[in-house]
Amino acid sequence: MNAFDRALVQATQGGLPLVPRPYEAIARELGVPEQDVLDGLRRMLADGRIRRIGAVPNHYALGYTANAMSVWDVEDEAAESLGQAVGALPFVSHCYLRPRRLPEWPYNLFAMVHAKDRAETVGKIHEIEALLGERARRHDVLYSTRILKKTGLRIA
Amino acid sequence: MDDLDRRIVNALQGGFPLCERPFAEAAGRLGLEEQDLIRRIKNLLESKTLTRFGPLYDAERLGGAFSLCAMSVPPEDFARVAAIVNEFPEVAHNYERAHRLNMWFVLATEDPSRIRGVISRIAAATGYPVLHLPREKEFFVELRLTA
Repeated sequence: MNAFDRALVQATQGGLPLVPRPYEAIARELGVPEQDVLDGLRRMLADGRIRRIGAVPNHYALGYTANAMSVWDVEDEAAESLGQAVGALPFVSHCYLRPRRLPEWPYNLFAMVHAKDRAETVGKIHEIEALLGERARRHDVLYSTRILKKTGLRIA
Repeated sequence: MDDLDRRIVNALQGGFPLCERPFAEAAGRLGLEEQDLIRRIKNLLESKTLTRFGPLYDAERLGGAFSLCAMSVPPEDFARVAAIVNEFPEVAHNYERAHRLNMWFVLATEDPSRIRGVISRIAAATGYPVLHLPREKEFFVELRLTA
């Protein structure tokens, strides 16, 4: 990442200034023309460094309080295609393949499920179960009971 | 949060314009005035309905590394261990979960080669083994929450 992109990330990672011309305000802070800020953000949006620009909601405030990490032990040969299918479900926010750590951890597919109550979560886990069928040997669901820390990556 | 706030949250989870007057343009699409939209967003941030308004960066594509870790901590020692783990600046999130492995945290570093060292230091400082579960593959589909 070049120095300008880095400065742009630092200036915007906490949010845009809530003024009529936010990009111009950032440009002034960085001492560059407004067009450079617009071009830089456009470039990072195009190459995926920015996922999207807009409102980042707080799950809990919107009532999505029953968030669960579902974990599945699926056949290695089918793991990629199953991960793709599970990741495409509308209520799954993140889906990952991770290594098993036997004997204490036998699961290789992780799917985060977001729902407004426990019953809805259980229903959604059943949908994943039906989708995976016999290719999932076993699974478990880990509910979060407390957020101990939440800051995210900060580019220093 | 009223109906208009809901419409704003639902409509603006992406696609905020890159132009000179983005709030005016976004407000126009919602049938609002620029200043009304700005004020509404300010209120949504103040009430913590939104955690942020702006670009959502993909930390890995910026060159950072994320790594999931889990620990099994006896309940009577949980508060002490949580305090030690949270003290590490590399710990981005930490959740208590109802499971034998009851502490799950994510390490975020700008330099991926530092992950292993941080894990060893956490294990040494807490006295418990740390299970390292780095992602091998991510299937990313954007989640849009409905307000």
